[in-house]
Amino acid sequence: MTPKFKAQAGTFESSDIMILIEPVQPDTGRQVDISSTVILQFEADITKTIIQVLDELEIKDVHLIAKDKGALNQTIRARVETAIKRSLGIQKGTL
Amino acid sequence: MKNAIGVEIPEYIEGLGKLEPFQGVWKSIIEDEVPVTNISRTLKAKKPHTSKLCDTLEDAIKKCNPFDGMTVTFHHHLRGGDHVLMATIKILDQLGIKDITLASSSLTSAHDGLVPYVEKGMITKIFTSGIRGQLGEIISKGKLKYPAIIHSHGGRVRDFLTGRIKPDLSVLAAAAADEEGNATGAHGPSAFGSMGYADIDARYSKNVIIVTDNLVEYPCVPCTIRQHFIDFVVKVDSIGDATKIASGTTRITKSPMDLRIAKIAASVIEHSGLFKNGMSFQVGAGGASLAVAKFLREDMKRKDIKGSFMIGGVTSYGVDMLNEGLFHSIFDVQSFDAAVSTSVLNNPNHIEITGDQYANANNCGSMTNKLDVVVLGALEVDVDFNVNVITGASGEIRGASGGHSDTASGASLTVIVCPSFRGRLPIVQDRVHTVVTPGESVDAIVTERGVCVNPSKPNLAAALKKAGVKVVDIRDLKKEVEEMTGLPAEKKLGDKIVALVEYRDGTIIDVIYNVENLS
Repeated sequence: MTPKFKAQAGTFESSDIMILIEPVQPDTGRQVDISSTVILQFEADITKTIIQVLDELEIKDVHLIAKDKGALNQTIRARVETAIKRSLGIQKGTL
Repeated sequence: MKNAIGVEIPEYIEGLGKLEPFQGVWKSIIEDEVPVTNISRTLKAKKPHTSKLCDTLEDAIKKCNPFDGMTVTFHHHLRGGDHVLMATIKILDQLGIKDITLASSSLTSAHDGLVPYVEKGMITKIFTSGIRGQLGEIISKGKLKYPAIIHSHGGRVRDFLTGRIKPDLSVLAAAAADEEGNATGAHGPSAFGSMGYADIDARYSKNVIIVTDNLVEYPCVPCTIRQHFIDFVVKVDSIGDATKIASGTTRITKSPMDLRIAKIAASVIEHSGLFKNGMSFQVGAGGASLAVAKFLREDMKRKDIKGSFMIGGVTSYGVDMLNEGLFHSIFDVQSFDAAVSTSVLNNPNHIEITGDQYANANNCGSMTNKLDVVVLGALEVDVDFNVNVITGASGEIRGASGGHSDTASGASLTVIVCPSFRGRLPIVQDRVHTVVTPGESVDAIVTERGVCVNPSKPNLAAALKKAGVKVVDIRDLKKEVEEMTGLPAEKKLGDKIVALVEYRDGTIIDVIYNVENLS
């Protein structure tokens, strides 16, 4: 699936993550930009979790910006899924 | 050589001399057997009816004959609002003075301006109880010529008395002072309450300058700092930013996590066996720590308990409890908000004390030794109950030792309050990055997921379990938390020692190495 709209999910609160999605041209691939307060401790984990959700939702072309304040994996998963669904125009399960 | 908690301590460090390894909380403090040399007070003289007043701080400093390699000391009662320390360093730099040892009772966000002076080698040694912000970062990267010494509040007093810190010049900010140098922090436009940490500087420094923005008619009352120690007095327009020195009243946190931790901590105190008439109490000013006072206040009212005294850093919340009659008195070494200054000034049961009386291990009357219960915070704790309050997640210096190890050593019940993880970083470690307070002096660690009791206190654990408090094994808690957060990557450390953590008896409890990456 391909994101159609700019979308976001999450907050800048501690222990949360803000995910911003920007649609890109087809076949440009994934660009994932991560900044985090715990980048030195958890960079690999955060990247892996985001990529997993993109894989599960079959998103091939996207620009994803993650601004993390120390979110747990479950939070990261939920925020990425919500942001992606919003960018696809899916209402269900995104509040 | 290894110290009692297994840390490799160098026997000698250039510029700082021989080091003694930490042996245990009370091992080196033996009654009737005090093996340290004492220094004597500086002899001074002044003829009758001559003036101590100087037009500018620069004039006063010049009269003190500054020299290369001198030690300059300050107090940190102005906290983040202090302008006096930076003004002094700038003047000394303009006079071409270098190789300075800086000994401030603590360093705050107001002292980030020290960075260039450290980088160019004008300041080469630092003794302090806390280092934060950009200054902490550059010291962590190894920019200070000799390792910084982090001491406790009580340890600082001892360091003056043993001559480890040899003060040549002390520049002491006061909220009100007179022409002879009688001074107080209790009133004036920049009032900051107790002036407790400045007492030792005034008594033992070769040259003492009082700086005030509020020169009052002689004599200044109350006179916390006494005129017979003071060489010069300077009136300046402002000693600092009043809004950052002390403002308003301290509010209790609204964070549900902190409140939950605090509520559990209050129930630990209630069922510890110490919750009875005559209880003495100290609480930190930080989130969960101060919130414990809120629940304790309710418990004390409900059970009609009247406490004895409170000590330490005092907030308006403590003053409220004094005024309600929940405690008999407050012994105040440091005040945290404007409402406290008024109480110091007006309430005879709100008593200003010196750092010496507060927490010095080498006198025979520290208030910390009379303490029943203390509640303290932590950046990290470990499975041996050691506490880190000085280094952050990357190993960088970003905190303060303060009175943490002093109060923990003296209190009958030392309670540490902290969340089990903070912004994904697990708080319980196999070994904290830096030990400030040894586990030997910690009784209980309270988190939102339960209370860990030091195995050396089986009676406490039994009493808490009986009362229905959730007691958890610290290793189980560590595992539970790591399953949620994942394991953080190892810190990348260099091999240069950038700071030494001095225990309150002058021995070295831990060393801090340089860090390569800072997040």
